[in-house]
Amino acid sequence: MLSMQNVAKIYRTDTVETHALRAFSMEVAEGEFVAVTGPSGSGKTTFLNIAGLLETFESGVYKLDGSDVSSLSDAKRSNVRNEKIGFIFQSFNLIPDLNVFDNVDVPLRYRGFKSAERKRRIESVLETVGLASRTKHLPSQLSGGQQQRVAIARALAGEPRFLLADEPTGNLDTQMAASVMALLTEINQRGTTIIMVTHDPSLAEQATRNIYIRDGQVSEDSSAETLSAPEAAA
Amino acid sequence: MFSYYIKLGWLSIRRNPILSILMVSAIAVGIGACMTVLTVNYLMSSNPIPHKSDQLFYVQVDSWDPNGFDENTEPVDQLTYIDAMNLMKAGKAFRQVASNRSGLVLEPSSEDERPFLVDARTTHADFFPMFDLPFLYGAGWDKSADDAQEQVVVLSREINERVFGGEDSVGKRVTMNGLNFRVVGVIDEWMPVPKFYDVTNGAFNLPEDVYIPFSVGVANQLSRNGNTNCWKEPDGEGFEAFLAGECVWIQFWAELRNEQEKEAYMSFLNAYAEEQKALGRFPRPLNNRLRNVMEWMEHQEVVEEDAQVMLWLSMLFLLVCLLNTIGLLLAKFLGKAGDIGLRRALGATKGTLFIQHLIESAMIGLAGGVLGLGLTWLGLKGVQRLFGDFLTHLATMDWVMVTTAIGLAIVSALLAGLYPTWRACNIAPASQLKTQ
Repeated sequence: MLSMQNVAKIYRTDTVETHALRAFSMEVAEGEFVAVTGPSGSGKTTFLNIAGLLETFESGVYKLDGSDVSSLSDAKRSNVRNEKIGFIFQSFNLIPDLNVFDNVDVPLRYRGFKSAERKRRIESVLETVGLASRTKHLPSQLSGGQQQRVAIARALAGEPRFLLADEPTGNLDTQMAASVMALLTEINQRGTTIIMVTHDPSLAEQATRNIYIRDGQVSEDSSAETLSAPEAAA
Repeated sequence: MFSYYIKLGWLSIRRNPILSILMVSAIAVGIGACMTVLTVNYLMSSNPIPHKSDQLFYVQVDSWDPNGFDENTEPVDQLTYIDAMNLMKAGKAFRQVASNRSGLVLEPSSEDERPFLVDARTTHADFFPMFDLPFLYGAGWDKSADDAQEQVVVLSREINERVFGGEDSVGKRVTMNGLNFRVVGVIDEWMPVPKFYDVTNGAFNLPEDVYIPFSVGVANQLSRNGNTNCWKEPDGEGFEAFLAGECVWIQFWAELRNEQEKEAYMSFLNAYAEEQKALGRFPRPLNNRLRNVMEWMEHQEVVEEDAQVMLWLSMLFLLVCLLNTIGLLLAKFLGKAGDIGLRRALGATKGTLFIQHLIESAMIGLAGGVLGLGLTWLGLKGVQRLFGDFLTHLATMDWVMVTTAIGLAIVSALLAGLYPTWRACNIAPASQLKTQ
């Protein structure tokens, strides 16, 4: 479903070149829940941004759903983001003066859905995250956990093929974090592929696959260990 | 999506009320200054009789002093009595009018009211149909009244209200300068701006209070309140000598319905000039003119150069206001970088964001235009106070100017919004999403 081969990303200033990703390769299959961990500055967020078509890269090949998206135009990248990818951010990134309903509505507007279809999807997805009764609330009237649920609802409303989550529980207390993780697990079990960047090993353990990034490369991949274990035993 | 963009624009305007007020004010001040000057210029240069301005021609025949003449010399603005009467007598145009501004003392029949001065125009029967004067009661006089020096009068609505209480006064009598006139008509509201039929006596003066036959004015030697210029002294003393002299004091208009009539009339004027040369007059080479209403306005520089300079200055002021607005919009839109980055991540293309922010700019422009209209109104009141009552009818706004003000404000705001919007749409989304 998601395939990156030898992707390189360099950030340049007048005096410094920073290699954020070096010959980065990774495959994610449909239905996986992948947790990406690694030290600060290892390239986790850069990987997530490239996966979400928010950034371009210098070299390598990136295929999404079998299509090469490396050289798409800006408008087409926007369309792919809108139709296939859902984003969840650490700081929720809700629009403060739009209520819950209108926040979830944002990506659907850009998709061009009719009013009735948008309403159906928003009500359904808010029901899923347990906020059907809060449609008229502003973000400031919700707790952190509720705000992240709204963000998850917004990410799910377009029925994307996969979710990209960047520290989704980073701003939440333990109880709320657990509740959000439970929701993400439930969403994954319904078939949505999830890639989650996190610093928290206990959250990473709840994913079906763990990837560790160091110096812009995958240094550990739990799926490879699982695959190689029987061979080693044999 | 349009209504969605309007909603987002409104929310954005509300989010930064101080910044929004500053932008709206900057546009409003620019529009107010620009529209105040533009309104006065527009009314100064407007076509006062659009449906037939290209059929009405101001007639100039050059009877003037040969000294100082060269090929660029314009003929004099008015006609001598001899020439005006000769042209009237010839009657070569579809309609023709010689007229002059005068002043009379009107003596009300009621002994309670004192006599008062009225602005008068001595003219011919064709004046009324030629310039399409609207009548409240009655009509103008006919040509026989001109010939017979009948003491008939057409009153303005204001004078009819003052003297006859606004009732139908046709057939009633009114005394002016000791002469007894019969009212034949009362004009309804009529305010040609500019006062094209006599710009030589002030293009923005009000129309006259009463209209009487030209022949009556001459027969009774009524005063001339307009400009009178002579290039040589009359041969003799008295009014008869004045009439026979080379003094110009009469405005002459001809109605010519098509190009053929105009060419024929020009030929007639040239032939007339040659004839006068043979009689020892018209010492200059042939130098006659026929100018339609708008050509005549332009030739007379009805819109003065000062007013045009003021217009340019006000446009520059609007530009300065717009440069301020660009800075404010830039600050506002770049302050929304997080919002823009998020929308880009959620699937908004640069194009949709560009439209969204241009609509927001247009909304600011609309608000600036509405406030600017208020400032324009104040500005026009200031112009009235500064320059006096004679500018009252110039310092008013019609729907064209209201629409222009709003349109100018929106277009200005859109232009001001182009660069900030372009910058905002090129914000890298990834850099914003972590920092929100």
